[in-house]
Amino acid sequence: MSENQNNSSGVGLVVRGLRKSFGGQDVLKGVDLEVKPGEIFVIMGPSGSGKSVLLKHLIGLEEPDAGEIFINGEPLTTPEIAAKYRMALVFQSGALLNSLTVGENVGLYLTEHRLKPADEIKKIVEEKLTDVGLKDAVNKMPNELSGGMKKRAAIARALVIEPQLILYDEPTSELDPVSAVVIGDEILDLNHRIHVTSLVVSHDRDLAFGIADRIAVIIDGEIVTVGTPDEVKNFNDPRVKGFLHADFKRDK
Amino acid sequence: MFENIGEIILLFWRTLLALPQTWRQRDKVFDQFFEIGNASLLMVCVLSFFIGAVIALQTGPILVERSLSSAVGGVVGIAIAKELAPVMMAILIAGRIGSAMAAEIGSMRVYQEIDALRTMNINPIHYLVLPRILAIAVALPMLVVFSVLVGWFGGAMVADMNHRMEIPFRVFFADLRDIVELKDVANGVFKSFCFAIIIGVVSCHQGLVTIGGPRGIGRSVTKAVVNSIVLIVIFDYILTRFLLK
Repeated sequence: MSENQNNSSGVGLVVRGLRKSFGGQDVLKGVDLEVKPGEIFVIMGPSGSGKSVLLKHLIGLEEPDAGEIFINGEPLTTPEIAAKYRMALVFQSGALLNSLTVGENVGLYLTEHRLKPADEIKKIVEEKLTDVGLKDAVNKMPNELSGGMKKRAAIARALVIEPQLILYDEPTSELDPVSAVVIGDEILDLNHRIHVTSLVVSHDRDLAFGIADRIAVIIDGEIVTVGTPDEVKNFNDPRVKGFLHADFKRDK
Repeated sequence: MFENIGEIILLFWRTLLALPQTWRQRDKVFDQFFEIGNASLLMVCVLSFFIGAVIALQTGPILVERSLSSAVGGVVGIAIAKELAPVMMAILIAGRIGSAMAAEIGSMRVYQEIDALRTMNINPIHYLVLPRILAIAVALPMLVVFSVLVGWFGGAMVADMNHRMEIPFRVFFADLRDIVELKDVANGVFKSFCFAIIIGVVSCHQGLVTIGGPRGIGRSVTKAVVNSIVLIVIFDYILTRFLLK
Protein backbone atom coordinates (compact mmCIF):
# COMPACT_ATOMS: atom_id res chain seq x y z
CA MET A 1 0.00 0.00 0.00
CA SER A 2 1.19 3.53 -0.69
CA GLU A 3 2.71 5.31 2.26
CA ASN A 4 0.20 8.20 2.13
CA GLN A 5 -2.85 6.06 2.41
CA ASN A 6 -3.83 7.39 5.81
CA ASN A 7 -4.41 10.97 4.64
CA SER A 8 -5.83 9.82 1.34
CA SER A 9 -8.47 11.87 -0.48
CA GLY A 10 -9.20 8.89 -2.69
CA VAL A 11 -12.44 6.96 -2.50
CA GLY A 12 -13.04 3.27 -1.91
CA LEU A 13 -14.74 1.13 -4.51
CA VAL A 14 -16.65 -2.12 -4.07
CA VAL A 15 -18.05 -4.27 -6.87
CA ARG A 16 -20.49 -7.07 -6.05
CA GLY A 17 -21.70 -9.75 -8.48
CA LEU A 18 -21.30 -7.64 -11.62
CA ARG A 19 -22.64 -9.38 -14.72
CA LYS A 20 -22.77 -8.25 -18.32
CA SER A 21 -23.38 -10.00 -21.59
CA PHE A 22 -23.36 -8.77 -25.17
CA GLY A 23 -25.42 -10.65 -27.76
CA GLY A 24 -25.76 -13.70 -25.54
CA GLN A 25 -22.04 -13.85 -24.77
CA ASP A 26 -21.20 -13.46 -21.08
CA VAL A 27 -18.40 -10.93 -20.75
CA LEU A 28 -18.55 -10.40 -16.97
CA LYS A 29 -19.68 -13.42 -14.95
CA GLY A 30 -20.25 -12.05 -11.46
CA VAL A 31 -17.23 -9.89 -10.69
CA ASP A 32 -16.50 -9.13 -7.02
CA LEU A 33 -13.69 -6.84 -5.97
CA GLU A 34 -12.80 -4.19 -3.42
CA VAL A 35 -10.45 -1.25 -3.98
CA LYS A 36 -9.28 0.58 -0.85
CA PRO A 37 -9.07 4.37 -0.72
CA GLY A 38 -5.73 5.68 -1.96
CA GLU A 39 -4.32 2.42 -3.28
CA ILE A 40 -3.08 1.52 -6.73
CA PHE A 41 -5.13 -1.46 -7.78
CA VAL A 42 -4.28 -3.21 -11.02
CA ILE A 43 -6.66 -5.52 -12.85
CA MET A 44 -4.70 -7.84 -15.11
CA GLY A 45 -5.91 -10.30 -17.64
CA PRO A 46 -5.52 -11.42 -21.21
CA SER A 47 -7.15 -9.56 -24.09
CA GLY A 48 -10.91 -10.15 -24.21
CA SER A 49 -11.15 -11.11 -20.54
CA GLY A 50 -13.58 -8.25 -19.75
CA LYS A 51 -11.19 -5.72 -18.20
CA SER A 52 -12.22 -2.72 -20.26
CA VAL A 53 -15.93 -3.59 -19.98
CA LEU A 54 -15.53 -3.68 -16.20
CA LEU A 55 -13.89 -0.26 -16.31
CA LYS A 56 -16.73 1.18 -18.38
CA HIS A 57 -19.22 -0.02 -15.75
CA LEU A 58 -17.25 1.70 -13.00
CA ILE A 59 -17.35 5.08 -14.78
CA GLY A 60 -20.99 4.71 -15.82
CA LEU A 61 -20.48 4.18 -19.56
CA GLU A 62 -22.18 0.77 -19.40
CA GLU A 63 -25.21 -0.45 -17.46
CA PRO A 64 -24.72 -3.81 -15.71
CA ASP A 65 -27.16 -6.69 -16.32
CA ALA A 66 -26.85 -7.55 -12.62
CA GLY A 67 -24.70 -6.62 -9.64
CA GLU A 68 -23.85 -3.48 -7.74
CA ILE A 69 -21.08 -0.93 -7.55
CA PHE A 70 -20.48 1.06 -4.35
CA ILE A 71 -18.34 4.17 -4.04
CA ASN A 72 -17.44 5.04 -0.46
CA GLY A 73 -20.26 2.71 0.58
CA GLU A 74 -22.92 4.38 -1.58
CA PRO A 75 -24.50 2.37 -4.40
CA LEU A 76 -23.69 3.88 -7.79
CA THR A 77 -27.28 3.73 -9.00
CA THR A 78 -28.15 7.32 -9.90
CA PRO A 79 -26.30 10.09 -11.75
CA GLU A 80 -26.66 12.21 -8.58
CA ILE A 81 -24.60 9.78 -6.53
CA ALA A 82 -22.05 9.43 -9.35
CA ALA A 83 -21.84 13.23 -9.53
CA LYS A 84 -20.95 13.41 -5.81
CA TYR A 85 -17.60 11.80 -6.51
CA ARG A 86 -14.96 13.02 -8.90
CA MET A 87 -13.93 10.16 -11.15
CA ALA A 88 -11.85 10.26 -14.30
CA LEU A 89 -11.02 7.70 -16.94
CA VAL A 90 -7.79 7.77 -18.92
CA PHE A 91 -8.70 5.99 -22.15
CA GLN A 92 -6.45 3.48 -23.88
CA SER A 93 -6.21 5.74 -26.93
CA GLY A 94 -6.14 8.94 -24.87
CA ALA A 95 -9.47 9.92 -26.51
CA LEU A 96 -8.40 13.55 -26.83
CA LEU A 97 -10.82 15.58 -28.93
CA ASN A 98 -9.03 15.92 -32.24
CA SER A 99 -10.70 19.22 -33.09
CA LEU A 100 -9.28 20.94 -29.99
CA THR A 101 -5.71 21.84 -29.02
CA VAL A 102 -4.07 19.94 -26.17
CA GLY A 103 -4.64 22.94 -23.90
CA GLU A 104 -8.33 23.15 -24.82
CA ASN A 105 -8.66 19.40 -24.25
CA VAL A 106 -7.13 19.64 -20.80
CA GLY A 107 -9.30 22.62 -19.84
CA LEU A 108 -12.48 21.24 -21.43
CA TYR A 109 -14.12 20.14 -18.16
CA LEU A 110 -13.63 23.54 -16.55
CA THR A 111 -14.61 25.46 -19.69
CA GLU A 112 -17.79 23.50 -20.40
CA HIS A 113 -18.99 23.57 -16.79
CA ARG A 114 -17.96 27.24 -16.42
CA LEU A 115 -16.20 26.46 -13.18
CA LYS A 116 -13.45 29.09 -13.44
CA PRO A 117 -12.74 32.29 -15.36
CA ALA A 118 -10.78 31.88 -18.62
CA ASP A 119 -7.45 33.20 -17.28
CA GLU A 120 -7.62 30.89 -14.28
CA ILE A 121 -8.41 27.91 -16.54
CA LYS A 122 -5.36 28.81 -18.64
CA LYS A 123 -3.21 28.79 -15.52
CA ILE A 124 -4.59 25.44 -14.33
CA VAL A 125 -4.08 23.90 -17.78
CA GLU A 126 -0.45 25.02 -17.86
CA GLU A 127 0.07 23.70 -14.34
CA LYS A 128 -1.42 20.26 -15.14
CA LEU A 129 0.50 19.99 -18.40
CA THR A 130 3.70 20.91 -16.56
CA ASP A 131 2.91 18.16 -14.03
CA VAL A 132 2.94 15.58 -16.82
CA GLY A 133 5.91 17.13 -18.66
CA LEU A 134 3.94 18.57 -21.56
CA LYS A 135 4.21 22.29 -20.90
CA ASP A 136 5.25 23.04 -24.48
CA ALA A 137 2.38 21.09 -26.02
CA VAL A 138 -0.39 23.44 -24.89
CA ASN A 139 -1.06 24.81 -28.39
CA LYS A 140 -0.40 21.60 -30.30
CA MET A 141 -3.14 19.53 -31.88
CA PRO A 142 -3.51 15.92 -30.65
CA ASN A 143 -2.37 14.54 -34.02
CA GLU A 144 1.01 16.23 -33.49
CA LEU A 145 1.66 14.19 -30.32
CA SER A 146 3.26 10.78 -29.95
CA GLY A 147 1.33 7.91 -28.32
CA GLY A 148 3.00 8.48 -24.95
CA MET A 149 2.41 12.23 -25.08
CA LYS A 150 -1.28 11.66 -25.87
CA LYS A 151 -1.61 9.45 -22.81
CA ARG A 152 0.13 12.01 -20.61
CA ALA A 153 -2.16 14.73 -22.02
CA ALA A 154 -5.13 12.48 -21.19
CA ILE A 155 -3.79 12.13 -17.63
CA ALA A 156 -3.50 15.94 -17.41
CA ARG A 157 -7.12 16.20 -18.58
CA ALA A 158 -8.13 13.74 -15.87
CA LEU A 159 -6.20 15.70 -13.22
CA VAL A 160 -8.12 18.90 -13.95
CA ILE A 161 -11.20 17.23 -12.46
CA GLU A 162 -9.18 16.83 -9.22
CA PRO A 163 -10.31 13.21 -9.16
CA GLN A 164 -10.79 11.01 -6.13
CA LEU A 165 -10.63 7.96 -8.38
CA ILE A 166 -8.66 7.65 -11.62
CA LEU A 167 -9.30 4.69 -13.88
CA TYR A 168 -6.62 3.88 -16.44
CA ASP A 169 -7.46 1.68 -19.43
CA GLU A 170 -4.30 -0.04 -20.73
CA PRO A 171 -2.10 3.00 -20.03
CA THR A 172 1.04 1.47 -21.53
CA SER A 173 -0.38 -0.26 -24.58
CA GLU A 174 1.33 0.68 -27.86
CA LEU A 175 4.15 2.39 -25.97
CA ASP A 176 7.88 1.68 -26.09
CA PRO A 177 9.40 0.43 -22.80
CA VAL A 178 10.81 3.85 -21.86
CA SER A 179 7.49 5.64 -22.42
CA ALA A 180 5.75 2.85 -20.51
CA VAL A 181 8.01 3.46 -17.52
CA VAL A 182 7.33 7.22 -17.74
CA ILE A 183 3.57 6.56 -17.61
CA GLY A 184 4.00 4.07 -14.74
CA ASP A 185 6.06 6.63 -12.80
CA GLU A 186 3.39 9.22 -13.49
CA ILE A 187 0.72 6.99 -11.93
CA LEU A 188 2.92 6.37 -8.88
CA ASP A 189 3.78 10.06 -8.56
CA LEU A 190 0.10 11.10 -8.68
CA ASN A 191 -0.79 8.51 -6.09
CA HIS A 192 1.87 9.89 -3.75
CA ARG A 193 1.19 13.54 -4.52
CA ILE A 194 -2.61 13.77 -4.49
CA HIS A 195 -3.43 10.47 -2.78
CA VAL A 196 -5.94 9.54 -5.44
CA THR A 197 -7.28 6.00 -5.71
CA SER A 198 -5.95 4.51 -8.94
CA LEU A 199 -7.51 1.57 -10.71
CA VAL A 200 -5.38 0.40 -13.61
CA VAL A 201 -6.52 -2.13 -16.19
CA SER A 202 -3.60 -3.64 -18.05
CA HIS A 203 -2.09 -6.79 -19.44
CA ASP A 204 1.41 -5.32 -19.01
CA ARG A 205 3.06 -7.55 -16.37
CA ASP A 206 5.99 -5.16 -15.82
CA LEU A 207 3.66 -2.24 -15.17
CA ALA A 208 1.38 -4.22 -12.86
CA PHE A 209 4.18 -5.61 -10.67
CA GLY A 210 6.01 -2.27 -10.77
CA ILE A 211 3.24 0.00 -9.49
CA ALA A 212 0.46 -2.05 -7.90
CA ASP A 213 -0.37 -2.16 -4.22
CA ARG A 214 -2.72 -5.03 -5.05
CA ILE A 215 -3.48 -6.96 -8.20
CA ALA A 216 -6.60 -8.79 -9.38
CA VAL A 217 -6.40 -11.28 -12.23
CA ILE A 218 -9.49 -11.54 -14.41
CA ILE A 219 -9.84 -14.40 -16.86
CA ASP A 220 -12.95 -15.04 -18.99
CA GLY A 221 -15.01 -12.50 -17.07
CA GLU A 222 -14.19 -13.86 -13.60
CA ILE A 223 -11.79 -12.59 -10.94
CA VAL A 224 -9.49 -15.54 -10.35
CA THR A 225 -7.33 -14.06 -7.60
CA VAL A 226 -6.71 -10.81 -5.71
CA GLY A 227 -3.65 -10.02 -3.64
CA THR A 228 -0.34 -8.22 -3.33
CA PRO A 229 2.05 -8.61 -6.28
CA ASP A 230 3.94 -11.36 -4.42
CA GLU A 231 0.75 -13.23 -3.52
CA VAL A 232 -0.45 -13.11 -7.12
CA LYS A 233 2.96 -14.19 -8.46
CA ASN A 234 2.88 -17.25 -6.18
CA PHE A 235 -0.81 -18.06 -6.73
CA ASN A 236 -1.10 -21.65 -7.74
CA ASP A 237 -3.58 -21.73 -10.59
CA PRO A 238 -2.63 -22.94 -14.06
CA ARG A 239 -4.58 -20.14 -15.82
CA VAL A 240 -2.92 -17.42 -13.72
CA LYS A 241 0.52 -19.03 -14.06
CA GLY A 242 -0.08 -19.45 -17.79
CA PHE A 243 -0.86 -15.75 -18.11
CA LEU A 244 1.86 -14.40 -15.81
CA HIS A 245 4.65 -16.66 -17.02
CA ALA A 246 3.80 -16.84 -20.72
CA ASP A 247 7.04 -17.08 -22.72
CA PHE A 248 8.29 -18.05 -26.16
CA LYS A 249 9.09 -21.67 -26.90
CA ARG A 250 12.49 -20.94 -28.34
CA ASP A 251 14.66 -23.98 -29.14
CA LYS A 252 17.79 -24.11 -27.03
CA MET B 1 -33.95 3.67 -41.70
CA PHE B 2 -37.44 3.09 -40.34
CA GLU B 3 -36.23 0.81 -37.53
CA ASN B 4 -34.35 3.81 -36.11
CA ILE B 5 -37.20 6.27 -36.41
CA GLY B 6 -37.98 6.05 -32.67
CA GLU B 7 -34.37 6.82 -31.77
CA ILE B 8 -34.34 9.74 -34.23
CA ILE B 9 -37.51 11.20 -32.70
CA LEU B 10 -36.04 10.72 -29.21
CA LEU B 11 -32.85 12.55 -30.24
CA PHE B 12 -34.97 15.38 -31.66
CA TRP B 13 -36.94 15.58 -28.40
CA ARG B 14 -33.75 15.63 -26.32
CA THR B 15 -32.38 18.37 -28.55
CA LEU B 16 -35.55 20.40 -27.98
CA LEU B 17 -35.10 19.93 -24.24
CA ALA B 18 -31.52 21.17 -24.62
CA LEU B 19 -32.66 24.45 -26.24
CA PRO B 20 -32.16 26.46 -23.01
CA GLN B 21 -28.43 25.66 -23.46
CA THR B 22 -28.35 27.64 -26.72
CA TRP B 23 -26.79 30.79 -25.29
CA ARG B 24 -24.11 28.73 -23.58
CA GLN B 25 -23.25 26.97 -26.82
CA ARG B 26 -23.45 30.09 -28.99
CA ASP B 27 -19.78 30.00 -30.03
CA LYS B 28 -20.17 26.49 -31.39
CA VAL B 29 -23.42 27.45 -33.15
CA PHE B 30 -21.63 30.35 -34.90
CA ASP B 31 -18.68 28.10 -35.82
CA GLN B 32 -21.03 25.54 -37.38
CA PHE B 33 -23.05 28.27 -39.08
CA PHE B 34 -19.99 29.73 -40.81
CA GLU B 35 -18.76 26.26 -41.67
CA ILE B 36 -22.06 25.54 -43.45
CA GLY B 37 -22.01 28.92 -45.23
CA ASN B 38 -18.39 28.65 -46.31
CA ALA B 39 -18.78 25.11 -47.52
CA SER B 40 -21.97 25.68 -49.47
CA LEU B 41 -22.35 29.25 -50.73
CA LEU B 42 -20.50 28.90 -54.03
CA MET B 43 -22.14 25.55 -54.79
CA VAL B 44 -25.58 26.96 -53.94
CA CYS B 45 -24.91 29.87 -56.28
CA VAL B 46 -23.88 27.70 -59.25
CA LEU B 47 -26.60 25.10 -58.70
CA SER B 48 -29.38 27.67 -58.28
CA PHE B 49 -28.36 29.68 -61.33
CA PHE B 50 -28.47 26.64 -63.58
CA ILE B 51 -31.69 25.29 -62.06
CA GLY B 52 -33.37 28.61 -62.86
CA ALA B 53 -31.79 28.59 -66.30
CA VAL B 54 -32.89 25.07 -67.18
CA ILE B 55 -36.47 25.60 -65.92
CA ALA B 56 -36.74 28.68 -68.13
CA LEU B 57 -35.23 26.73 -71.02
CA GLN B 58 -37.63 23.80 -70.60
CA THR B 59 -40.86 25.73 -70.04
CA GLY B 60 -40.23 29.09 -71.79
CA PRO B 61 -40.32 28.10 -75.48
CA ILE B 62 -43.46 25.95 -75.00
CA LEU B 63 -45.30 28.79 -73.27
CA VAL B 64 -44.10 31.37 -75.83
CA GLU B 65 -45.27 29.16 -78.71
CA ARG B 66 -48.74 29.15 -77.13
CA SER B 67 -48.70 32.93 -76.67
CA LEU B 68 -48.21 32.56 -72.93
CA SER B 69 -44.91 34.42 -72.67
CA SER B 70 -46.30 36.43 -69.75
CA ALA B 71 -46.49 33.20 -67.76
CA VAL B 72 -42.78 32.33 -68.08
CA GLY B 73 -41.67 34.57 -65.20
CA GLY B 74 -44.43 33.23 -62.96
CA VAL B 75 -43.81 29.57 -63.77
CA VAL B 76 -40.06 29.85 -63.21
CA GLY B 77 -40.61 31.99 -60.10
CA ILE B 78 -43.15 29.64 -58.50
CA ALA B 79 -41.25 26.46 -59.37
CA ILE B 80 -38.03 27.77 -57.85
CA ALA B 81 -39.51 29.43 -54.77
CA LYS B 82 -41.93 26.71 -53.73
CA GLU B 83 -40.23 23.53 -54.80
CA LEU B 84 -36.86 23.48 -56.50
CA ALA B 85 -34.84 25.78 -54.25
CA PRO B 86 -35.92 24.19 -50.95
CA VAL B 87 -35.65 20.59 -52.16
CA MET B 88 -32.48 20.93 -54.23
CA MET B 89 -30.70 22.94 -51.54
CA ALA B 90 -31.77 20.45 -48.89
CA ILE B 91 -30.37 17.59 -50.99
CA LEU B 92 -27.17 19.55 -51.59
CA ILE B 93 -26.80 20.32 -47.88
CA ALA B 94 -27.59 16.71 -46.93
CA GLY B 95 -24.72 15.61 -49.17
CA ARG B 96 -22.32 18.36 -48.19
CA ILE B 97 -23.07 19.08 -44.51
CA GLY B 98 -25.10 16.06 -43.34
CA SER B 99 -22.31 13.76 -44.45
CA ALA B 100 -19.73 15.90 -42.65
CA MET B 101 -21.81 15.86 -39.45
CA ALA B 102 -22.20 12.08 -39.54
CA ALA B 103 -18.51 11.58 -40.29
CA GLU B 104 -17.30 13.93 -37.55
CA ILE B 105 -19.60 12.64 -34.81
CA GLY B 106 -19.15 9.05 -36.03
CA SER B 107 -15.40 9.35 -35.82
CA MET B 108 -15.69 10.87 -32.34
CA ARG B 109 -17.84 7.91 -31.32
CA VAL B 110 -15.48 5.31 -32.79
CA TYR B 111 -12.39 6.91 -31.24
CA GLN B 112 -14.08 7.18 -27.80
CA GLU B 113 -14.14 10.99 -27.79
CA ILE B 114 -17.86 10.90 -26.98
CA ASP B 115 -17.21 8.49 -24.11
CA ALA B 116 -14.55 10.93 -22.91
CA LEU B 117 -17.12 13.75 -22.95
CA ARG B 118 -19.54 11.63 -20.94
CA THR B 119 -16.90 10.83 -18.33
CA MET B 120 -16.47 14.60 -17.90
CA ASN B 121 -20.25 14.99 -17.42
CA ILE B 122 -20.47 16.86 -20.72
CA ASN B 123 -23.70 15.95 -22.47
CA PRO B 124 -22.92 15.08 -26.13
CA ILE B 125 -26.35 16.41 -27.13
CA HIS B 126 -25.54 19.83 -25.66
CA TYR B 127 -21.97 19.84 -26.92
CA LEU B 128 -22.29 18.25 -30.37
CA VAL B 129 -25.89 17.87 -31.53
CA LEU B 130 -27.57 21.12 -30.43
CA PRO B 131 -25.06 23.50 -32.10
CA ARG B 132 -25.17 21.57 -35.38
CA ILE B 133 -28.97 21.39 -35.57
CA LEU B 134 -29.40 25.05 -34.65
CA ALA B 135 -26.78 26.14 -37.18
CA ILE B 136 -28.27 24.14 -40.04
CA ALA B 137 -31.82 25.23 -39.09
CA VAL B 138 -30.76 28.86 -39.51
CA ALA B 139 -28.34 28.41 -42.41
CA LEU B 140 -30.48 26.32 -44.78
CA PRO B 141 -33.46 28.72 -44.93
CA MET B 142 -31.01 31.59 -45.53
CA LEU B 143 -29.32 29.64 -48.30
CA VAL B 144 -32.74 28.92 -49.80
CA VAL B 145 -33.61 32.65 -49.91
CA PHE B 146 -30.28 33.24 -51.64
CA SER B 147 -30.92 30.29 -53.95
CA VAL B 148 -34.37 31.62 -54.93
CA LEU B 149 -32.92 35.00 -55.91
CA VAL B 150 -30.05 33.47 -57.91
CA GLY B 151 -32.43 30.95 -59.54
CA TRP B 152 -34.78 33.72 -60.65
CA PHE B 153 -31.80 35.61 -62.01
CA GLY B 154 -30.67 32.51 -63.95
CA GLY B 155 -34.16 32.03 -65.37
CA ALA B 156 -34.41 35.71 -66.37
CA MET B 157 -31.00 35.57 -68.11
CA VAL B 158 -32.03 32.58 -70.23
CA ALA B 159 -35.46 34.04 -70.98
CA ASP B 160 -33.78 37.23 -72.14
CA MET B 161 -30.98 35.71 -74.20
CA ASN B 162 -32.62 32.62 -75.70
CA HIS B 163 -33.78 33.34 -79.25
CA ARG B 164 -36.94 31.25 -78.79
CA MET B 165 -38.11 33.44 -75.90
CA GLU B 166 -36.43 36.86 -75.97
CA ILE B 167 -38.37 38.05 -72.91
CA PRO B 168 -36.64 41.16 -71.60
CA PHE B 169 -35.19 41.03 -68.12
CA ARG B 170 -37.58 43.65 -66.75
CA VAL B 171 -40.65 42.02 -68.30
CA PHE B 172 -39.65 38.65 -66.86
CA PHE B 173 -39.49 40.10 -63.34
CA ALA B 174 -42.70 42.10 -63.81
CA ASP B 175 -44.51 38.88 -64.82
CA LEU B 176 -42.89 37.07 -61.90
CA ARG B 177 -44.11 39.74 -59.46
CA ASP B 178 -47.65 39.40 -60.81
CA ILE B 179 -47.80 35.71 -59.95
CA VAL B 180 -45.35 35.01 -57.13
CA GLU B 181 -46.38 36.23 -53.69
CA LEU B 182 -44.29 36.61 -50.58
CA LYS B 183 -46.30 33.72 -49.16
CA ASP B 184 -44.89 31.42 -51.86
CA VAL B 185 -41.32 32.25 -50.85
CA ALA B 186 -42.26 31.88 -47.18
CA ASN B 187 -43.66 28.41 -47.92
CA GLY B 188 -40.36 27.37 -49.48
CA VAL B 189 -38.39 28.81 -46.58
CA PHE B 190 -40.61 26.99 -44.06
CA LYS B 191 -40.11 23.73 -45.94
CA SER B 192 -36.35 24.25 -45.93
CA PHE B 193 -36.44 24.82 -42.16
CA CYS B 194 -38.17 21.44 -41.73
CA PHE B 195 -35.66 19.80 -44.10
CA ALA B 196 -32.80 21.32 -42.11
CA ILE B 197 -34.11 19.73 -38.91
CA ILE B 198 -34.41 16.38 -40.72
CA ILE B 199 -30.83 16.57 -42.06
CA GLY B 200 -29.43 17.67 -38.70
CA VAL B 201 -31.22 15.08 -36.57
CA VAL B 202 -30.73 12.17 -38.99
CA SER B 203 -27.04 12.92 -39.53
CA CYS B 204 -26.25 13.49 -35.84
CA HIS B 205 -28.16 10.32 -34.91
CA GLN B 206 -26.28 8.33 -37.51
CA GLY B 207 -22.99 9.68 -36.16
CA LEU B 208 -23.91 8.83 -32.57
CA VAL B 209 -24.77 5.19 -33.38
CA THR B 210 -21.65 4.56 -35.46
CA ILE B 211 -19.86 1.33 -34.61
CA GLY B 212 -16.71 -0.24 -35.98
CA GLY B 213 -13.74 1.51 -37.50
CA PRO B 214 -13.35 3.56 -40.68
CA ARG B 215 -15.74 1.22 -42.51
CA GLY B 216 -18.41 1.93 -39.88
CA ILE B 217 -17.89 5.67 -40.33
CA GLY B 218 -18.25 5.28 -44.11
CA ARG B 219 -21.46 3.29 -43.62
CA SER B 220 -22.85 5.97 -41.30
CA VAL B 221 -22.08 8.75 -43.77
CA THR B 222 -23.84 6.91 -46.59
CA LYS B 223 -26.85 6.12 -44.38
CA ALA B 224 -27.06 9.71 -43.13
CA VAL B 225 -27.20 11.12 -46.66
CA VAL B 226 -29.53 8.50 -48.12
CA ASN B 227 -31.94 8.55 -45.15
CA SER B 228 -31.98 12.36 -45.14
CA ILE B 229 -32.82 12.49 -48.84
CA VAL B 230 -35.57 9.86 -48.53
CA LEU B 231 -37.13 11.73 -45.59
CA ILE B 232 -36.80 15.08 -47.39
CA VAL B 233 -38.74 13.75 -50.38
CA ILE B 234 -41.43 12.17 -48.16
CA PHE B 235 -41.79 15.28 -46.03
CA ASP B 236 -41.78 17.46 -49.15
CA TYR B 237 -45.02 15.79 -50.23
CA ILE B 238 -46.55 15.98 -46.73
CA LEU B 239 -45.60 19.63 -46.24
CA THR B 240 -46.72 20.61 -49.73
CA ARG B 241 -50.07 18.94 -49.14
CA PHE B 242 -50.38 20.72 -45.79
CA LEU B 243 -49.29 24.10 -47.16
CA LEU B 244 -51.62 23.91 -50.18
CA LYS B 245 -54.67 23.85 -47.87
